[in-house]
Amino acid sequence: MRDSKDYAFRMDHVFKRFRRGDQHDSLRDLIPSLVKRAVRKDRERVLAPQEFWVLNDVSFDVKKGETLGIIGHNGAGKSTMLKHLSGIMVPTRGNIEVNGRLSALIEVGAGFHPDLTGRENVFLNGVILGMTRAEVRRKFDEIVDFAGLEEFIDTPVKRYSSGMFARLGFSVAAHLEPDILVIDEVLSVGDFAFQRKGIEKMRAIAKSGATVIFVSHNLQAVAEFCQRGILLERGRVIEDGPIDQVIRRYLDTSVSHGEQTSRGPVRAVSTTIAGLSGEIGLFPSGTKARIKVSLEATAPVEKVAVVVDLLDSAFHEVFNTSSERLGRRPLTLAAGERAECEFELNLHLGAGTYYLGVYLYRYDTEREYDHVFPATSFVVTNDRDTRGAANLYPVVTRFETKDAVQTASLRAQRPA
Amino acid sequence: MREALRELLKNRELLYMITWREIRIRYKQSVMGLLWAVLMPIIITSAGVVVRLAASRISGHPVTPADIGAIGVKALPWAFFVSALRFGTSSLTANSSLVTKIKFPRLIFPISSVLTSLFDMAIALPVILLVLPFAGARLSPALLWSPLLLLIIIVFTAGLCIVFSAANLFFRDIKYLVEVVLTFAIFFTPVLYDVSLAGKWRDVLLLNPIAPLLEGLNASIGLGSAPGTAWIAYSVTIAVFLFWGSVVFFRRLEPRFAESV
Repeated sequence: MRDSKDYAFRMDHVFKRFRRGDQHDSLRDLIPSLVKRAVRKDRERVLAPQEFWVLNDVSFDVKKGETLGIIGHNGAGKSTMLKHLSGIMVPTRGNIEVNGRLSALIEVGAGFHPDLTGRENVFLNGVILGMTRAEVRRKFDEIVDFAGLEEFIDTPVKRYSSGMFARLGFSVAAHLEPDILVIDEVLSVGDFAFQRKGIEKMRAIAKSGATVIFVSHNLQAVAEFCQRGILLERGRVIEDGPIDQVIRRYLDTSVSHGEQTSRGPVRAVSTTIAGLSGEIGLFPSGTKARIKVSLEATAPVEKVAVVVDLLDSAFHEVFNTSSERLGRRPLTLAAGERAECEFELNLHLGAGTYYLGVYLYRYDTEREYDHVFPATSFVVTNDRDTRGAANLYPVVTRFETKDAVQTASLRAQRPA
Repeated sequence: MREALRELLKNRELLYMITWREIRIRYKQSVMGLLWAVLMPIIITSAGVVVRLAASRISGHPVTPADIGAIGVKALPWAFFVSALRFGTSSLTANSSLVTKIKFPRLIFPISSVLTSLFDMAIALPVILLVLPFAGARLSPALLWSPLLLLIIIVFTAGLCIVFSAANLFFRDIKYLVEVVLTFAIFFTPVLYDVSLAGKWRDVLLLNPIAPLLEGLNASIGLGSAPGTAWIAYSVTIAVFLFWGSVVFFRRLEPRFAESV
C-alpha cells in the first residue's frame, strides 16, 4: 500500500478463536483430540461447540501520533486485542501490520522478582521491556526519582507495599522511548497523585510524537487523553470515532453491568439514571435527573430500603443517600413481588465520569441484602472550566489592581 | 533456524539479564551459596565411589585413584545435564507471566536455564581441576578434545531443554516424566561406571548419545588418550539434529504459547 508508512499499525479482518473451559493439559488427553482434529477440516473458519470468537472481524488502522482509547465491558476482547497488537498472540485469521518500535505495557513490573532489590529489578524489567542495559543505566536516576523511591532502591521489592511496587514498575515503563505505546489499565495503580503523574507522563510521550493506545475502565482518563475511541463488544468493533461519541455509546450499552453480590432474598434488578425528558448517558452539569431502581424479592423480605451512592471516577464518594434517610418507610415484600424506587435530584456536578452504586439495606438489623456496583454510570459535562466533583457555579466578580479597587471604593464613599 | 539465532543475538542483553536473574536468585539467601554448585558433583562422585568399592569386593579388582578421578570427570557434566534439563523443562511454565505479557523470543527461557547450569559447572570446575592431578591425570594433547566434547554436551542438553520446555507448556505431566527418567538415567549412563564394565553390552550403552561424550571426556582428561571418533561422530550427529529439530519444533509452537500456558 502506497501510504502505509503513515500508519502506526493496522488490523485487517482479524479473527481470534478461543476455547471455553479446560484445554487438554496432560498427555493422555492429547490422542483423542488429535484424532478429532485430523477428522475435521477447515479449522480456520469453523467453530467447535466449546469455541467462540474473542476477536471477530476486527479492522481499523491508527495514524502515527494518534491517541486511541479502547473501551468495552469486561470480556469484550480489549486485552486480547492488545496482545495481538504487541505480538504476544497470533490471530487465527487476518493481518496485523506494525510500523515502528512498539512497547506494550500490559502489566506493571512484569518479571519483577520479589527477592531482588529495586535497583536490580529496574535493570531486569527495563531490559525485559526492550531497553538496553546502557539505556537503563542512563535513565536510572530519572526512573527512581519519578517513582519517588530513592531511599528504598536497594531494598528487596518483597518488602515494598503494593503501591511502591506498582510505582516502580510504571516508572520503568514510562521511560521507554517507543514509537507506539500500548497501555492496559496500568494507570489504575498507585494513589491518586501518582495516577495524575502517570497521565502527565503519557501526555508527554504522546506529545513527543508517539502513537498511544490506551485501554482503561477509567473513562475520564480515556476521555481526557485520547482523541479517538474504539468500542469493543463481544470481539467486534461496534463504534469507532471521536472519543466523546464512543464513550456515550459505551454508556448507553452499560446499564446494569456491574458486580452484584445479592446475598439476600431481594435483589436490584435494574438501575437507570435519566434526564426528565428521558435522555441518558451524558448530562450537562445542573441537569435534573431521575434515578430509578427496580427490585424483586425472591423470598418474603422485610423493611427494605434503597441506598444510592455516587462516586467519582477515582471512586471517591461524592454523594450518598437512601429512601429511609429521606423519610420514606421501608417496604416489606412477598416472594416474587416487585417494587420500584425513584429519586429525583439535581446534578450539580463537575465535569467527569460518575458511578452509581445501589444497596438494598435493612436499617434496624443493619443487613445488606444486595449491593450492585456500578449499577450504572454517566458522564457530566460542564462549560465552566472547573475541577472537582461539585459545581458551585462560580463567576469572577472582580479581578483588578489595588489602585482600581481604591478609586472604586473612594468613588463609592464620595457622596453623589 | 538462522532467523532464530539472529533473534537470540538481537536479544542477547535480555538473555544475559534472565540468566543473571536465575543465578542471582539461586544463590541469594542460601546458606551454602556457591557451594551448591559443588555439592551435586561431590555427591554423585561419592555415590560412585561407594558403588565401585562394593563392586571391587565382588570382582577383586582394587579401586584406583584413576577410577575415582574418572567418576569426578563425568559427574560434573552429568550434574550439569540433570540440572539444566530439570530447570529447562519448567522454564516456560515458571515464567508464564512473562510469556503471556511481553513479546520476545521465548527460546531465551530454556537457553537461559542451560546457561545458568553452565555457570554452576564453571564454579565447580576448578575444584575438579585441583583434584585431578592426584587421581593420576596428566597434561596431554588429548586434553584438547575436552572443550569440544563439552560443547557437544551443551548443544545436546540445550536441544532437549528446548523440546521439553515447549512440550511441558502444553502438557504439564512432561515435567514429571522428565523427572522420573532423570532419576533412573544414571543407571543407563556410564557416570558411576565405565562402559567397558558392560562387556559385550558396551555398544548398547553407547547408543545413549551422552555416553560416548562422557567416556570421551574421561579419555581425554583422565587417561590422556583420544576418544573413539566413530562414537563421537554419532553423538555429534544426534546433538546437532536434535538441536536443529528442537528449534524448529519450538518456533512452530511458539505462537500458541501465550494462550495455552
